[in-house]
Amino acid sequence: MTRFVVRRNLLAWLVVGAVAGVTATAHAQAPVTITDPWVRATVPGQKATGAFLQITAHEAVTLVGGKTPVAPVVEIHEMKMVGDRMQMRALPNGLAIGAGQTVALEPGGYHVMLIDLPKAVEVGQKVPLTLTFTTANGERLDVDIEAEVRPLGRMGRPMSHGGLGHGSQR
Amino acid sequence: MGRFFVTCRRIVWVVCAVVLTACSDRPAFHAQEITGAEFGRDFALPDTEGKVRRLADFRGEVVALYFGFIQCPDVCPTALARAVEVKRLLGAQGERFRVVFVTVDPERDTPEVVRAYLNAFDPAFVGLIPPDAATLEATAKAFRVFYRKVPTGASYTMDHTATTFVYDPKGKLRLAVPHAMGAKEFAEDVARLLAEAP
Repeated sequence: MTRFVVRRNLLAWLVVGAVAGVTATAHAQAPVTITDPWVRATVPGQKATGAFLQITAHEAVTLVGGKTPVAPVVEIHEMKMVGDRMQMRALPNGLAIGAGQTVALEPGGYHVMLIDLPKAVEVGQKVPLTLTFTTANGERLDVDIEAEVRPLGRMGRPMSHGGLGHGSQR
Repeated sequence: MGRFFVTCRRIVWVVCAVVLTACSDRPAFHAQEITGAEFGRDFALPDTEGKVRRLADFRGEVVALYFGFIQCPDVCPTALARAVEVKRLLGAQGERFRVVFVTVDPERDTPEVVRAYLNAFDPAFVGLIPPDAATLEATAKAFRVFYRKVPTGASYTMDHTATTFVYDPKGKLRLAVPHAMGAKEFAEDVARLLAEAP
């Protein structure tokens, strides 16, 4: 009788412990959250493309680079319109994101540039991409994501259809 | 009696003035009007099939001329996607809207790549490739288009003017469309040009 009670209690404690453990893990938040990562499709012979995504930093981080099996070179770039001219530059010190900040890497601003693609990336493909950050205390943080490849010929941002009645977009 | 007629005349004048103002008051284009511009009169460049194309080839259509390059991950796809949307908004009239893309990076942008790239947007888009650096320079100068090769990390990018130049169906340069302008405004401007008397 007693043994049965003890075993049941042990089981109960194990369950509680497991739940607590899982909950604890869930609450220990990753330093960054990546939302809606996508890569623009390419055509054969096209050597470069961009990856776009949103980064929410739960602590201050700097995006400094990345890695992907689909391209040997990954750089963090900024596109700027200077008057009527497009200027694109690799960010020499990466992209700093403050704690609690969300930064969108989107057409018209920042992007992750994938360079020297040996072959085209096609719509429907999932591109593995590791984003490398440095944290405030100088530690390196790698975040693995999967970016879906979206059509080259489509506007970057999802937009409502129906022509009339939506404002200008980039 | 006299005063009555004077008042009538005044009313008639006022009505005439209002009618005349209303008749001549046309809404301005959204884009910058550059009618009468001394530059950008014509081009003569081989397309992706090697055939030399000139502005005159597109008489009767509104031509949107854009200078860009294929390794451009952001601005050029956005401008071309906007042109696709403009054509869609124009409906049946879209057949008279001709997009011409000139590469400022002929070193990397071969005819095959340019053709495949433009086909991803619309097979009717025309791709022009300056056959050599001198022709590129002369064409860019003729259009007051800025372009510059800039090393970036492992490779290079091109700084370039991101304005679209728009010609009316008579082949006259009329509008400079900035990169930031939306498809709806662009389509309205094109529709206006298409509606002008032939």
